[in-house]
Amino acid sequence: MSDNPQSPTALPNKPSQAWAQRLKGARQFLISFVILFLVWELAVHAFDVKSYLLPAPSLIWQEFSGRWRYVLDNTWVTTSEILVGYLIAIAVSVPLAVFVAYFPTMERTIYPIIVFLQIVPKIAIAPLFIIWFGFGFTPKILLVFLLSFFPIVVSSIAGFKSIDEETMELAKSTGASSWMIFRKIRLPHAMPAIFTGLKVAAALSSTAAVVAEFVASDKGLGYLLLRYNGDIETPMVFATIMVLSIVGLVVYYAVEYIEKISIPWHVSQRSDTSRFDVSS
Amino acid sequence: MYEVPDAPGTSSPGGSPDGTEISIAINNVGKIFQSDNKETIALDGVDLSIKRHEFVAIVGPSGCGKSTLMRLIAGLTFPTSGSVAVDHVVVDQAITNLGIVFQKPVLLEWRNVLNNVLLQVEMRGLNPKDFEDRAHELLRSVGLSDFANSYPYELSGGMQQRAGIVRALIHDPPLLMMDEPFGALDALTREQMRIDLEELWLATKKTVLFITHSIDEAVLLADRVVVMSPRPGKIETIIDINLERPRGLAARKYPEFEKAVDRITEIFLAKGVLHGGRNRAKPV
Repeated sequence: MSDNPQSPTALPNKPSQAWAQRLKGARQFLISFVILFLVWELAVHAFDVKSYLLPAPSLIWQEFSGRWRYVLDNTWVTTSEILVGYLIAIAVSVPLAVFVAYFPTMERTIYPIIVFLQIVPKIAIAPLFIIWFGFGFTPKILLVFLLSFFPIVVSSIAGFKSIDEETMELAKSTGASSWMIFRKIRLPHAMPAIFTGLKVAAALSSTAAVVAEFVASDKGLGYLLLRYNGDIETPMVFATIMVLSIVGLVVYYAVEYIEKISIPWHVSQRSDTSRFDVSS
Repeated sequence: MYEVPDAPGTSSPGGSPDGTEISIAINNVGKIFQSDNKETIALDGVDLSIKRHEFVAIVGPSGCGKSTLMRLIAGLTFPTSGSVAVDHVVVDQAITNLGIVFQKPVLLEWRNVLNNVLLQVEMRGLNPKDFEDRAHELLRSVGLSDFANSYPYELSGGMQQRAGIVRALIHDPPLLMMDEPFGALDALTREQMRIDLEELWLATKKTVLFITHSIDEAVLLADRVVVMSPRPGKIETIIDINLERPRGLAARKYPEFEKAVDRITEIFLAKGVLHGGRNRAKPV
């Protein structure tokens, strides 16, 4: 009936319980970070570590709070590079995976090219992009795209192809069109695999953006990192790395959240308590 | 049995009222599977006709080509030689006026039981809303009324299989094909499902093609048992079973049952499918 996957509430999870679990997780996460920063702070003072080697968290915060607006502007630059490159990668990889999965000839011709592209160290060709596309937005997007592309395409192909024979026979026996079979069976079946690829790609995309900025740029977090590093402003280097990590985390967890609400039925999304055994 | 509403808009095609018209005709069918450098003869010289409303069981060991035979009739694969016709039409593409039950339940894990059942009608371009009442009644008749909104992983194997059977019946097809449908179930569930299937068949009189490993099951269910042997897969004999219906649980006691089982066992012994021990109870 409902073509869109069922709402998460349809599953027999107790939502209040799930939230309590999540809050508990978040609290533990926070506590461990507070402890980490405390130990760090104390250690720096206790051993009198030079601030250009390892700045104390308080100093990092102090430096950052003076320049947060500037860092934020550059964060936005990097984030948009990540998002645009990543979204283009999705828009290209998933349809391509469909083609490869549906047409064996496409698999024989295109798949080797995809693999070859993956083998070429893309970071090594980043300088070429500068020659071709200049210093702007384009070479960054291109590198994010290239790094995100492969994991999405490979796992999507696996997802589209891994349908068991009986399911396809059942579909054929209904006389349904290929489009109908795709919409009702193949696509939803492939979703978990596609999300696996999306998550791997999400983790790679921020690396790609920063590397592209390293090569040549006048803005973005990668640029900031190089600049602060050159000026031996170690506290700001740390601050930038932390902001960058937060961007990466947010992108990753956004994808994971979308996964959670789109495929609540999949094994990876079930809480153990929701399964009950009826042995007959 | 419950009153199950008719499937809307699916009149079973034609059919003679006397119940003798041939529904499936398999003519000297051979099927060869080709892999890299090996040919496997899956079926050789198979002749079989199945009458409308008949319950035919095919029994044989793994690799005797019984599943292949079913797929040939369903148009999911095609014969290397000979021909298959359903209702006098040569099968050259997947036929759609049937319901298939596989050994595995083959449920979509992202759909609840009701929507898995309704998948059958959605895929046929029919409006699932029109079939909801019927789906609920069918689910009730197989004891799944409380599980319409459950997801497959929440059900036991037997319950999943029942949902699969309801999916094969929702559009009221004239032909039901079951490929070892109870093969993965425990013995008790299996017995119950067999009794339920007979009741269902008596109520609806569909043509049923039932594939099984179990000699007992074949004899207890079928009007005729087709005995197959492997390598190459061919029909050894076809045995009429004249046990009264409903056979239910009692039929095992009748001499007719034992006779049929013995005959099939003998064939399997002769073909080396079964090996008799020294201390076997009956001389063969």
